[in-house]
Amino acid sequence: MNHHVIAVIVENKPGVLARVSSMFARRGFYIHSLAVGPTADPAMSRITVVVDGPDMEQIIKQLYKLVHTVKVTELTAPDRIEREVMMVRVRADATQRGEIMETARIFSATAVDVGAASVTFELSGKPAKLADFLDLMGPYGILDLVKSGRIALAKDVKTRDAERPRLRTA
Amino acid sequence: MTDTISGAQALIRALEEEGVEVIFGVPGGAILPAYDPILDSPIRHVLARHEQGAGHMASGYAHATGRVGVCMATSGPGATNLITPLADAHMDSIPVVAITGQLATTSIGNDAFQEAHTWGISMPCTKHNYLVTDIADIADTVHEAFHLARSGRPGPVLVDIPKDILNARIAYRSAGPLALPGYKPQVNGHPRQVKAAVELIHASERPVLYLGGGVMRAGAAAEALRFAELANLPAVTTLMARGAIPDSHPLCLGMPGMHGNYTAITAMQKADLLIAVGARFDDRVTGDPDSFAPDAKVVHVDVDPAEIGKVRNPEVPIVGDAGAVLRQLIAAMAKRLGDEPAPAREAWRGTLAAWQEAHPLGFVQDEDGPIQQQFVISEIHRLTGGDAVVVAGVGQHQMWASQFWGFERPNTWINSGGAGTMGYAVPAAVGAKMGVPDQTVIAIDGDGCFQMTSQELITAAIEGIPVKVAVMNNNALGMVKQWQRLFYGERFSAVDLTDHTPDFVKLGEAMGCVSFRAEHPADVAPVIEKALAVNDRPVLMEFRCDPDAMVFPMVPAGGSNDIVILSPEDLR
Repeated sequence: MNHHVIAVIVENKPGVLARVSSMFARRGFYIHSLAVGPTADPAMSRITVVVDGPDMEQIIKQLYKLVHTVKVTELTAPDRIEREVMMVRVRADATQRGEIMETARIFSATAVDVGAASVTFELSGKPAKLADFLDLMGPYGILDLVKSGRIALAKDVKTRDAERPRLRTA
Repeated sequence: MTDTISGAQALIRALEEEGVEVIFGVPGGAILPAYDPILDSPIRHVLARHEQGAGHMASGYAHATGRVGVCMATSGPGATNLITPLADAHMDSIPVVAITGQLATTSIGNDAFQEAHTWGISMPCTKHNYLVTDIADIADTVHEAFHLARSGRPGPVLVDIPKDILNARIAYRSAGPLALPGYKPQVNGHPRQVKAAVELIHASERPVLYLGGGVMRAGAAAEALRFAELANLPAVTTLMARGAIPDSHPLCLGMPGMHGNYTAITAMQKADLLIAVGARFDDRVTGDPDSFAPDAKVVHVDVDPAEIGKVRNPEVPIVGDAGAVLRQLIAAMAKRLGDEPAPAREAWRGTLAAWQEAHPLGFVQDEDGPIQQQFVISEIHRLTGGDAVVVAGVGQHQMWASQFWGFERPNTWINSGGAGTMGYAVPAAVGAKMGVPDQTVIAIDGDGCFQMTSQELITAAIEGIPVKVAVMNNNALGMVKQWQRLFYGERFSAVDLTDHTPDFVKLGEAMGCVSFRAEHPADVAPVIEKALAVNDRPVLMEFRCDPDAMVFPMVPAGGSNDIVILSPEDLR
């Protein structure tokens, strides 16, 4: 899949998410996932958007054209860390529950709700890990699924790769 | 409550502080509070007959003056009627500020009377828009709206103000400093890119300077001409840039594109370098983009980074204001040339001259035959000495006006290019005349376009705005008919506007205009002379034109610019 991850810092103004999503819709860009939330600066929000398509340059420029957009960064692999949270309800009668719980343990998925015929897991991690878990749960029957949308940050490549700061002489 | 004013008074005061001299609008329930303080303001209000007219008036005013045009409407249908002019101004980057009334904040979302989600509806067809929810924000918002409308890539900005905000009271303070951390339009081009552009230009053998509407918006026509002369660059002026350099100038090749002239189209096609300034490689210029100017390297100057690389990847991108970058290019080119003249490029100039000689624009007016629109346009040009601001609608008459007027000055050609809004001419002419009252303003309109917005001639008559309107009556939606003739096997569907109905002369008179009709070629000049003699009232001229005439040259939509249809014979 030709997924690109873009981090957009926007002014925290009413309607700003509508402006961003409307731009994607009218320019014909396809949004795979979108997550939005506050940043350390209460005046700013951060939108992490995963998009398909070849022309990232045009998408980034169109995002910058929105008056409330402050900063747009494409987060490219491998210099990004990304996570997604998911809750998934799996069909699980008494006979299957043991093996389902065993698989969940390997993935560090947490059972957050248990019913007579189902177990609901919470799992966070890289998108690939979530996909693997879903593949394994599929045969039991997935009754419900919710994902948070991907969030991502750039790795701190600069300071990691930089030389150690030299000690100043007194 | 001493020293407090209403939100409506704050609005009008903020508009005064922005130097607004005229508002084009229509009042209504939600905007009512804003109309009261207009009575006490030096700002003139022009009462349009329809909000669409008010919007295009603001656009025509902005075109003619370079200042921000202002329109005003009420909530619901008032605001939705402004959407077409806003979309139009958005496509052509025209600085317009629209003020709309909204229901009280306590009623928004309840489907109350005359509610529309103006903010949401206008979002995709404005540069930016606001819903004011705090009376303390009015002055800052108006200030920001004007700043956004005229700076960077200009465009329309809408400010929606709820009625309770207009009625609330506040101690007025002028707008504070702008708080737009994400909005910093680039003015100067990157010096390294400017230098790279100069080297490419200097080395080019077949360059074409491709001037677009951005040159007009930046007020950079003089710079464009200076640069063309300094670097010896033949130049095309797009539909939005007619008059950027004079049509009579030896370096001017005229209009390129779908109905451009052969030389302008072919020069771009055969160029080894295009220097695009404030132009956006629109489909009406490029035709099929894959076969457009195949041998050309591209220098692309635009204030909007998103235009660069959108259609064509340039070898040298330069983000910046057209005027600022042209001045940089002039300085850098002057330095590069030193005491030497620019390359003569005799072979290229010779080729261009040969094309111009072989394929001039022309028309035949049979003295007994039906009136040709090109003839009318040429006669108006002759009898005014070309000293007029020309405003067009959209269609055949627009293309002929652009082809045959002969533009010598910038900002004398006003039309709807990007959106192609039929009905643009009459209201835009009214707005233009308000902006430049000392100039003759002539709308060249079609009978289809005219019937969409003719009611604004009532506005012109009552408000004393003496525009002149030439209706080219060919009894048809002419351009659609032309396409049906060429591409739909002459199956004419829904293009017949019928003969004699309405009676345009009676209609003009009913709307308070002096009205004339020309039925034969011999009537044309006398009608124009009579119209030019009237300067205290609007004038309507009806020219009964050839219903079967077609605009050529033509490159069919999506076709390659290698194949220019020069006449109907080329199709056989």
